[in-house]
Amino acid sequence: MTAVASIEIKAAPAQEYLLRIGDTCLIHAQRLAEWSGHAPILEEDIALTNLALDLVGQARALLTHAGAALGYDEDQLAFLRDERDFRNATLVELPSRKGGRDFADLALRNFVLAAWLNVLWAKLEASSDAEVAAIAGKAVKEARYHVAHAAEWVVRLGDGTDESARRMARAVERTWPYLAELFEDDAVDEAAERAGLGPRRSALRADWAALVEPVLADARLAVPEAGQFRSTGMRGVHSEHFGYVLAEMQVLQRSYPGGVW
Amino acid sequence: MTPSKTDQANAQAQAREWPLWEVFVRAKAGLDHKHCGSLHAPDPTMALQMAREVYTRRQEGVSVWVVRSDQIIASDPADKAMLFDPMEDKVYRHPTFYELPPEVGHM
Repeated sequence: MTAVASIEIKAAPAQEYLLRIGDTCLIHAQRLAEWSGHAPILEEDIALTNLALDLVGQARALLTHAGAALGYDEDQLAFLRDERDFRNATLVELPSRKGGRDFADLALRNFVLAAWLNVLWAKLEASSDAEVAAIAGKAVKEARYHVAHAAEWVVRLGDGTDESARRMARAVERTWPYLAELFEDDAVDEAAERAGLGPRRSALRADWAALVEPVLADARLAVPEAGQFRSTGMRGVHSEHFGYVLAEMQVLQRSYPGGVW
Repeated sequence: MTPSKTDQANAQAQAREWPLWEVFVRAKAGLDHKHCGSLHAPDPTMALQMAREVYTRRQEGVSVWVVRSDQIIASDPADKAMLFDPMEDKVYRHPTFYELPPEVGHM
């Protein structure tokens, strides 16, 4: 086995912007895939895999598009970048099945992210970049279903038995600190908005809250107060969990460069 | 008669299990919904979602029905001979004896 060298990315703001979304989809899908064969029921096992495959499709489209400007294809971007060059939100790299997490954490993560992506895709349909608008037009349908599906679980578990309600409340506590990152702007957002490429993150909050809050109310889950903690995955500074995600996701391409089915 | 221990255990297990649902999928507009399988789900909404997940992931359908299996009234397999065998020798009920006029074309 010959280990293959990593690629380094010097992305302009437009590519940064697309990588943040594409990488969030990709790593979320990778964590979802860990549930394959472990979901509480067979039907949900298939549902989670379907969801993950939708997200991989979205990631592929965005990575291909961003990669065209960077001189890399989707596979090189997914499998040969190092940690610091990934731009996913920290939330999606956190443990989802192991590390003390359970199905309640997953259901909630699915829900809040699907809602965020749904709102984002809807706005990206008006992107000045025709390719991005086309990707968004397809993805928004998938995201809308993801929201509906995940919301059913959040309500059932939140307003279910004492045990399920306790676990859902714990999931809210663990998830909420990582949401701030999804709604706060930096120079990349401003450039994207100026160019008409897509919305700034802070522009997503109101629509997101309109999707999420009624479901949380149905689920009898209280929203925690905003804290001071800020995660920084979208700027390339990740949690200690992320290296393990990449190790598993990249091992094949790193060990057998260019290997195909 | 008091139910046996096994019957009681079965009834308890059934109460804990989610009900079974039959799934019907319409392949495209104009066609009938066809029975394609069954699944377990706690309620109608989840049954419909799970049917979508399990039975339409290869573009099999444009519409899905789910029906609780215990709501279906089925004929008794033991009555098969009585119900269906009498039709065996009534070949004249098939329309194969009519000659189609050529102007009807393909039917």
